[in-house]
Amino acid sequence: MIVINGTPHEIAITDPRRSLLDHLRTDAGLHGPKKGCDQGGCGACTVLLDGRRVLACLTLAAQADGRTVTTVEGVGRDGDLDPLQEAFINHDGFQCGYCTPGQVCSAIGMADEVARGVPSRVSPEIGAASFDLSPDEIRERMSGNLCRCGAYNGIVAAIEETYVGGPR
Amino acid sequence: MNADPVVGRAVPRRDGPAKVSGAAAFTAEVPVEGTAHAKLVCSTVAAGEITGIDLTEARSAPGVVAIMTHHNAPAMRIAPLLITLRGASFTRAPVMQDARIRWNGQPVAIVVAETPEQADHAASLVRVSYALAEARLVFDDLKAGAPQPDHVQGEAPAVMIGDAEAALRAADTRVDQVYRTPWHTHCAIEPHATTVAWHDDRSLTMWDATQAITHSQATLAEVFSLDLENIRVVSQFVGGAFGNKMMWSHQILCAAAARLAQRPVRLVLSRSDVFRVTGGRTRTEQRVALGARADGTLTALIHEATTTTGISDGFAEQCTFPARVLYGADTFGIDQRVVELHTPANSSMRAPGESVGSFALECAIDELAEQLDVDPLDLRTRFEPAAHPTTGKPFSARHLLEAYRLGAERFGWAERSSAPRSRRDGPWWIGQGVATATYPYTRMPGGRASVTVSADGHATVRTAAHEMGMGTATVQAQYAADHLGLPLDRVHFEYGDSRHPAAVPAGGSAQTVSIIASVVAATRALTAELLRLTSSDSPLAGAGTDDVELRDGGIYLRDGGAGQSWPDILRRAGRDELTGEGAASPPTETAQHAMHSFGVQFCEVRVHDVTGEVRVSRWLGMFDTGRIINPRTATSQFRGAIVMGIGSALSEETIFDERTGRVLNATLAEYHVPVHADIPPIEVAWLGHPDPLAPMAGKGVGEVGMVGVAAAVANAVYNATGRRIRDLPITPDKVLGL
Ligand code: FES
Ligand code: FES
Repeated sequence: MIVINGTPHEIAITDPRRSLLDHLRTDAGLHGPKKGCDQGGCGACTVLLDGRRVLACLTLAAQADGRTVTTVEGVGRDGDLDPLQEAFINHDGFQCGYCTPGQVCSAIGMADEVARGVPSRVSPEIGAASFDLSPDEIRERMSGNLCRCGAYNGIVAAIEETYVGGPR
Repeated sequence: MNADPVVGRAVPRRDGPAKVSGAAAFTAEVPVEGTAHAKLVCSTVAAGEITGIDLTEARSAPGVVAIMTHHNAPAMRIAPLLITLRGASFTRAPVMQDARIRWNGQPVAIVVAETPEQADHAASLVRVSYALAEARLVFDDLKAGAPQPDHVQGEAPAVMIGDAEAALRAADTRVDQVYRTPWHTHCAIEPHATTVAWHDDRSLTMWDATQAITHSQATLAEVFSLDLENIRVVSQFVGGAFGNKMMWSHQILCAAAARLAQRPVRLVLSRSDVFRVTGGRTRTEQRVALGARADGTLTALIHEATTTTGISDGFAEQCTFPARVLYGADTFGIDQRVVELHTPANSSMRAPGESVGSFALECAIDELAEQLDVDPLDLRTRFEPAAHPTTGKPFSARHLLEAYRLGAERFGWAERSSAPRSRRDGPWWIGQGVATATYPYTRMPGGRASVTVSADGHATVRTAAHEMGMGTATVQAQYAADHLGLPLDRVHFEYGDSRHPAAVPAGGSAQTVSIIASVVAATRALTAELLRLTSSDSPLAGAGTDDVELRDGGIYLRDGGAGQSWPDILRRAGRDELTGEGAASPPTETAQHAMHSFGVQFCEVRVHDVTGEVRVSRWLGMFDTGRIINPRTATSQFRGAIVMGIGSALSEETIFDERTGRVLNATLAEYHVPVHADIPPIEVAWLGHPDPLAPMAGKGVGEVGMVGVAAAVANAVYNATGRRIRDLPITPDKVLGL
């Protein structure tokens, strides 16, 4: 059983090779998580597993058993877009939109990491309780999410607008 | 005509909510009942013959539905080339018709199974044996004496004006250098995906990630001998294309496999198949030689380029095009050559020709400026021609000098130190570079559109066009709203389906103007039809299309005269809606004039003294591309192109093993596209002067933004370090001189 976007899903995982990404896309019928490479190279498949960002293509569906998964379909509230999603639109943080679900989920997970004091390569101080989300921090921490359309400036602006001053 | 025009406004993308919420369904996600899944088996050798295919194990693997090889593939005709304007292929290689191998990665079998995992597994059990033939793989061994292609994108492969070599020898100052750029791969994040469902023996629907709907439909008709109207191609959302999502073998194989399996088949290419089954940008070797007099006159401009194609392909990438158009010179010596190799067919990739060609030319100009001890921007100003330098045609609009001036002011070019290796911040050397950009304006012939107005006061524009992220749906709705005289929210734009009127491929930065020209024609047809419907007591009675204007949701006599709303005309005629359809006028605007987009790229880099790492720290692109319809989506187009240019400058390189012809770095972990950390804030600006000859006074913006980028970076690296790197990408080993 996997809780996907708040709803428990009883789906038998018949093929143990099935990745969480294929499980979500094929069995659960959610195509928000995208397959860009299926080998951990692009970040398009990023989802939140118990609130932390993971690459769904490198996670076996079986590993998610008994846990909660949030995909881009589940980040808004009550049918409204999350402010981060609104900010992506307002800053034109995408063109084709294929990397976007991964960028959105990754940004949410990243903001949480920052709040928890997880440092990055560019963080000034290891062991600080939390970090300022500078543009450099955002760029460094989001670098696992490729955007071939090159919407990076808009994505960083959207994340900054949403989270600077700390995640809500 | 809108009293309050929406063209020029930064309207948000129409598909934004669908894309940020995961609701947008890309090709691999469109539900099709009863779909089986396919996997390609690809050649592991570059040249030779298949001597045997053992399917015993694969056939008995769980879930296998069908396997197709050249033994049981149906007869299929050759797909027409993109350049013919009938098709969308880059190769004339037959698809699974014989035992011959033309490149490493050529599909040799397609396995269809119930699930993707089963197809993958069964494909791994297909055993293919080959008799190897000698492969043409080593560019350096084959480039000498490479032949001239028949043409370069329809232009002459060589342009000789005066005796450029003699002028070069006689010149006071000379630059004569060779520049190299490697193979590139488009790497759209959405891999190619296709689903084909046959309805009967004569008709099918193909859902495809494509930038050439109409031309894919025509290709399937040709390849499978079907009637055009029995083929439907659907492509709603495309996850990036950049010139690569045209017609390749995988769509044809998917269609043939679906017929064999007698059920719908979906084929999604793996990331490594994207690298090996489809082709990227050719590598190039380019000699640029410039001769100048002491006063800064260019006496000789020589640009010789050698590029590659696959076997049986015909696309000579137009590297020498910038040299034909940018600068005035006394003599020109322009020549292109091609080397046929056992590689995938080379294809168009964002700003084909101009992007890599400008790397050579614009670095050479920088080298000449240094020798003459003139600011490189000033030098370009001296070379500014009065008319197209190699055809003599007048330019429809060329405001490059103004772009130089305004760009330099905005970037602070005057503060640059012209002495290389003279500015440092800790371990980082700082340098600035500049390069000019140009890209031809094209409007491909053949596009159509329809415009439907309804009694509830809405209008719907339809054309089989493409939205790969350029903002097509948004900017076309803006244009149509103004043209029809309607508020933006009453205009729908439908695209992505061959049931709509035929469209041109999305390529050559030509789609926007091509659609606009067809909407103009459709609107005219619609207006004529509406006028026919007016009754004799209407103020419009007897008026022709030239007597009226469209505004306020209706048709009115010119100059503020009386008229009727559409709903009124339709209701009185007892109609719910009315459609006009039209074909774009032939693109005659380029007959007498040279039409190009222009721009200038300024950049600042920081180069690490110890590691040789190059970081781009600042960017300004200043563009002259006519009127901009939507500043928001145009900014993203320019930025995206600059990002891809930075990738080509610093990190991108598709590596073929010269022994086996196999792509070695066929993953996104090993082919390095720029990531967030590589990209600083990119400033873009434009002049916005309308081009009087272009529909809507606008020219393409998708590709010119990539031109000059790699040269600007290389010139900045030289300014920072004193090291001139003529071989892309500029990796740390080259910076350190290792
Ligand atoms: S699909 Fe998972 S990282 Fe690319
Ligand atoms: S929006 Fe196209 S890849 Fe990011």
